[in-house]
Amino acid sequence: MSKYKLNVNGKTQVVDVEADTPLLWALRDTLNLVGTKYGCGIGACGACTVHIDGQPARACQMPVSSVGKHKITTIEGLDARAAHPLQQAWQELDVPQCGYCQSGQIMSACALLKQHPRPSDVQIDEAMAGNLCRCATYVRIRAGIHRAAEIASASGTSSTGSTGKGKK
Amino acid sequence: MTQADVSRTGLAHGRRNFLRQSAAGGASLLLGLHTGGVIAAVTNSADTAAVTNTAANGDFAPNVFIRIGQDGRVTLISKQPEIGQGIKTSLPMIIAEELDVAWQDVRVVQGDLDPAYGSQGAGGSTSTPTNYDNFHRLGATARTMLVQAAAQTWGVAPAECTTSQGSVLHGGSGRKLGYGALAKVAATLPVPDAKGVALKDPATYRLLGTRVGGVDNGLVVSGKPLFGIDVNLPGMLYATYVKCPTLGGRPVSANLAAIKAMPGVKDAFIVEGTANLNGLRPGVAIVANSTWNALRARKQLVVKWDEGEGANHSWAGFTAQAQALSKQPGVSVMRKDGDVNAALAGAAHVVEAAYTYPFISHASMEPQNCTAWFKPDGSLELWAPTQNPGAGQALAATTFNIPKERIQLHITRSGGGFGRRLSSDFIVDAAAISQKVKAPVKLTWTREDDLQQDHFRAGGFHFLRGGVDDAGKLVAWHNHFVTFANRIDKKESDGTSASVLQPGSGANLSGDEFPGRWAANCLLEQTPIECRIPMGPWRAPGSNVFAWVFHSFIDELAHAAKRDPVAFRLELLGDKDIVPGTGERGQPYSVARMRNVLKAVAEKADWGKRTFARGQGAGVAFHFSHRGYVAEVAEVTVSKEGKLTVDRVVVVTDIGAQIVNLSGAENQVEGSVIDGLSTLMGPALNIEKGRIVESNFHEYALLRMPDTPAKIESHFLKTDYPVTGLGEPVFPPLAPAVCNAIFAATGKRVRELPLSKTDLSWS
Repeated sequence: MSKYKLNVNGKTQVVDVEADTPLLWALRDTLNLVGTKYGCGIGACGACTVHIDGQPARACQMPVSSVGKHKITTIEGLDARAAHPLQQAWQELDVPQCGYCQSGQIMSACALLKQHPRPSDVQIDEAMAGNLCRCATYVRIRAGIHRAAEIASASGTSSTGSTGKGKK
Repeated sequence: MTQADVSRTGLAHGRRNFLRQSAAGGASLLLGLHTGGVIAAVTNSADTAAVTNTAANGDFAPNVFIRIGQDGRVTLISKQPEIGQGIKTSLPMIIAEELDVAWQDVRVVQGDLDPAYGSQGAGGSTSTPTNYDNFHRLGATARTMLVQAAAQTWGVAPAECTTSQGSVLHGGSGRKLGYGALAKVAATLPVPDAKGVALKDPATYRLLGTRVGGVDNGLVVSGKPLFGIDVNLPGMLYATYVKCPTLGGRPVSANLAAIKAMPGVKDAFIVEGTANLNGLRPGVAIVANSTWNALRARKQLVVKWDEGEGANHSWAGFTAQAQALSKQPGVSVMRKDGDVNAALAGAAHVVEAAYTYPFISHASMEPQNCTAWFKPDGSLELWAPTQNPGAGQALAATTFNIPKERIQLHITRSGGGFGRRLSSDFIVDAAAISQKVKAPVKLTWTREDDLQQDHFRAGGFHFLRGGVDDAGKLVAWHNHFVTFANRIDKKESDGTSASVLQPGSGANLSGDEFPGRWAANCLLEQTPIECRIPMGPWRAPGSNVFAWVFHSFIDELAHAAKRDPVAFRLELLGDKDIVPGTGERGQPYSVARMRNVLKAVAEKADWGKRTFARGQGAGVAFHFSHRGYVAEVAEVTVSKEGKLTVDRVVVVTDIGAQIVNLSGAENQVEGSVIDGLSTLMGPALNIEKGRIVESNFHEYALLRMPDTPAKIESHFLKTDYPVTGLGEPVFPPLAPAVCNAIFAATGKRVRELPLSKTDLSWS
């Protein structure tokens, strides 16, 4: 076991784990940040999507020893009041069924909105294809992304988040 | 510290401020009052009996589902497991409607397994139909008592009082009292007989039929602990459990000493298990101080397996076996009407075809997991994402030979169900490991475990012959269904047991399956292939593939007779309004309801009025399952290269007199359509040497955003029939509607699943 300093949601946290421990399990088991979900362990479902310096990444594929000083943002740190335009839109449109994949969906969608504040359906297809939803809420995820873009543009706030603003 | 204290501390640890202890005098309900409940709210079942309408703190609790505080807060218990079907929102809505409270004043709390709640299984789309009337009466009973309390307070007749959104009003005097102010008085009143209370006129509903968001949505989108996999107890250990890759096999020995020496590993051992393929299967447990350290050690695990007879299984072998069996008479005759051979000999058009589908896994997003704590006193506490908590408790009781009363089960939210969590194997796996290490243990299956050690949806082979007469009417239908079965010891009522072959869940053909009962000459036969593959219910068991087989073949017959597919089906359904069921499991079939949804879907989809270019087309199918009548039309485009795009799906559903939560209902329809398409297009499990070949999502293709149909149109027919469930019935007609559309577009008939087995290219 070795100690690693991680910058998670704007806060430095120390985890004492094996070097090859995926970030996913350090977040879940050590830091008790369980919003990041285990789905496949091979980067094929997107349930564990977090942001590393604002870019979406699969936490199950990233050993803790490789994270370094990069800033990690999880669903818990997306917005201090859990009122990110995507979080608002998801509730307004009642997107979830079981809800298990949705934190990963939101983290991927957040990265998309940062790149394309008013994304087309084709851009949504491309950005979200890595995120599996077994309940198949894709119709509402798509609508939720469009709605979040509207909310962000109407309020003039950034829909990009993911800068560790969620520090508590 | 008592065990109960530790338990509460453990739960509170994960959700700190969300908990508040409510009720006095030993009646302890730990409720997620501020948030709607995170993980499982703990109801100590021994204490539940004390939660009556005379709760000592003056709260009004006329039954175990409703509590109204003197501050006016309304807390409703949701007794059914939430698996994504929306029941934690919809059933409480029914109480809130009759109670006449504003939805924003309601907090919903997940109930634990408790006999006080009655049946708590979430399967077969039964939660709504079996609770709908009762839940109305629960709410109405409370409202009646609150009116009584107000009338008593004011010295007026109850009949002069009305209610509105959490208050009782007296029309004559304009007086008004909130439910909170009335709670103390109401709590002193006798609870009236629920059968006698007056229910609201449905025309006055304010909540039912509207769009209401899921009660846990706020927790879902902020990543709060909710699911079984999120449970965290003090002193908890983490486990992985390795079963024999050859299904039905068992471990003989393993390099346990080497595994125990790995970092963080606390223990490693063989679990003998039981002979029940759906129970505690044998395996090797590794217990560590973190999930990763258990998984990390697992990579070094070397096991000598006794593979058993399952080692002979292969999908190729099963296919050859089914072909050979199809040439013999079926082992069981499920239906025999008229003379099918004579009718085929005299038919103007005869079609023969074989339809095949593979074993598939459930692949719920949250892998199977359970946290179990076998305590020193021999009692067992469980936290489980289960659809079937009662069955989980019962399986644990028989597996470990302890009374059910000593097993406490907390129902967590489930990350998808699809029937997988009706099985309880993961619960006894976790309990067996906790029993050995004498500590609370969270067992998390890997995705590979989940996909390869499932209770699978059985594959199947249907060998069909059908005949249509000169007038274009179906006159003969013959199906020899070759299916899969496990050998089990069946206990008889006289105490003896017999070794029998039991077909898998959904792998047993009913003699009433459409068009049985409609075709005058009908022979339905079935032959099982014995296997060691565990099988279990998968969303709309049986129906999820029977609808595809039978409505594809009906389409073949319609086309052979050059009849319009909708007109052919309407004529097949006939003029009767009800066709009674036959046999002990038979259910009556409302032909009138099916005709109505079929006609409605044809109208909404402009059936027969549209012209399609080559490579485009429309297909239709209907199916009755889980009390729901559903017809669907799919419109597709197939590129010359054979790429399928589903452009539009129109769904017409008759599930009775009332949609409870319109948002939830539409979500279920959209999800069922896409799940139906996903299951048609991608997933299949190959079997070689008794092992599942595919291991994870990269080899098990489920539909993603880019393949989502552009338009899904959902219509609900409002009828006078009882209100029924929607988790399943929209799924079955989708695959045949799409395959029939593919035929219309390309002339290619899909007779094997998944779709990728069929070349759809055309020129």
